Amino acid sequence: MRRIVLWAMSTLTALVLLFSYQTSHGTSQSTATSSAIQHLNDSSQTTGGSSSGTSGTSGSTAGGTTATYTGDSQMTPYGPVQVQITVKGGQITRSEVLQVPWSGGHDQMINSHAVPILNQETVQAQSSSIDMVSGATYTSQGYIGSLQSAIDQAQL
Amino acid sequence: MIPASTAVAPPRRAWVEHVMGLPVSIHVRGAGAYDDRVEPAVAAAFATVRAMDRVFSTWQDGSDVMRLRRGEVDLADCDPLVPESVRLGAEAARTTGGAFTTLLPADGELLFDPTGLVKGWAVDRATVPLLELPGVSFCVNAGGDLVVGAHPDLPDDGPDAVVWRIGIEDPRDRTRVAATLPVTRGAVATSGTAARGAHLYDPAADRMVARSGSTTVHGPTLLWADVWATALFVGDAGTRERFVRDAPAYRAFDLPG
Repeated sequence: MRRIVLWAMSTLTALVLLFSYQTSHGTSQSTATSSAIQHLNDSSQTTGGSSSGTSGTSGSTAGGTTATYTGDSQMTPYGPVQVQITVKGGQITRSEVLQVPWSGGHDQMINSHAVPILNQETVQAQSSSIDMVSGATYTSQGYIGSLQSAIDQAQL
Repeated sequence: MIPASTAVAPPRRAWVEHVMGLPVSIHVRGAGAYDDRVEPAVAAAFATVRAMDRVFSTWQDGSDVMRLRRGEVDLADCDPLVPESVRLGAEAARTTGGAFTTLLPADGELLFDPTGLVKGWAVDRATVPLLELPGVSFCVNAGGDLVVGAHPDLPDDGPDAVVWRIGIEDPRDRTRVAATLPVTRGAVATSGTAARGAHLYDPAADRMVARSGSTTVHGPTLLWADVWATALFVGDAGTRERFVRDAPAYRAFDLPG
């Protein structure tokens, strides 16, 4: 029962969604992915170090221990998500989304270039690291008090 | 790998003007952000959007589109952008299988209203002077739909790439961000009803769309990203099949409402 609860919690906190466009991979993606994956990893560790959350392999290199973790496939509002990360010397060096959803069922939309949908708490904590905001079209009236307005104010 | 947060942030400047009833934010980043050429290029970008608004506004009685609607002028008498908008509207309707339309209900009839494509088109055109700035990466955001661009000398990835972390609003709580999308070049358009209620029209059902959630599209131009975001939001499974088949340079995702 405890495991089921934790499972549900990690589903809530580790929403990861896909994206695949040539400009959407780069250094910053790795950073953003790391944040999401780190969180996923933390969630997995919450399960008490059992293998219920992840399966992993590890080995040693000159740069420190390298380990690969594969998260369980998790249901999200977008569909099933499965993530694999590589940790070397305590830092995530690689992440890969093995299984990603598309709400219309068009799996062909998705390729290996994944973009994370960060969980809300993480994003809010990191809102200072968002450069611009895209959302349902807002008018000049709706702009006041918007996230974009706050970002603009910080730069003006 | 060095996390972005510990790297020294490149110089950054921002401008905001209200055009087309929308806040238009232009941000520039990079080594060239304080070059003398930046200010005039940004002014030219805003001027392009304002000029498009004068031609296409459905709020100003004197705009070419309103005079055309009232039959005061012929298409041939309008700014050349107007016949081009008619052509683009027809192309968008055809490409999306009718899920996007420039014929919208007003005063009990369907009237030509290219507003849904003019914003993206205007922002695309506004980026032209900004692309000529050496060492500058920029983002133009018009009411939640945006274009990121960079001088051709700037790389798409690697340590010298200027990456913009685009936060996608949570349609359930617009004070929060539900997703982040790293972009070095390209447009991001999001369609939904969270900001303005049921303002999107479904031509197939001939009614305004009341569903919740949002659809985000990422791709080369804001004109087509915005057209597809609207079409996918109001459309059906057939629209999505068309999108996957006919717009391979674009990608989309939904957020639940």
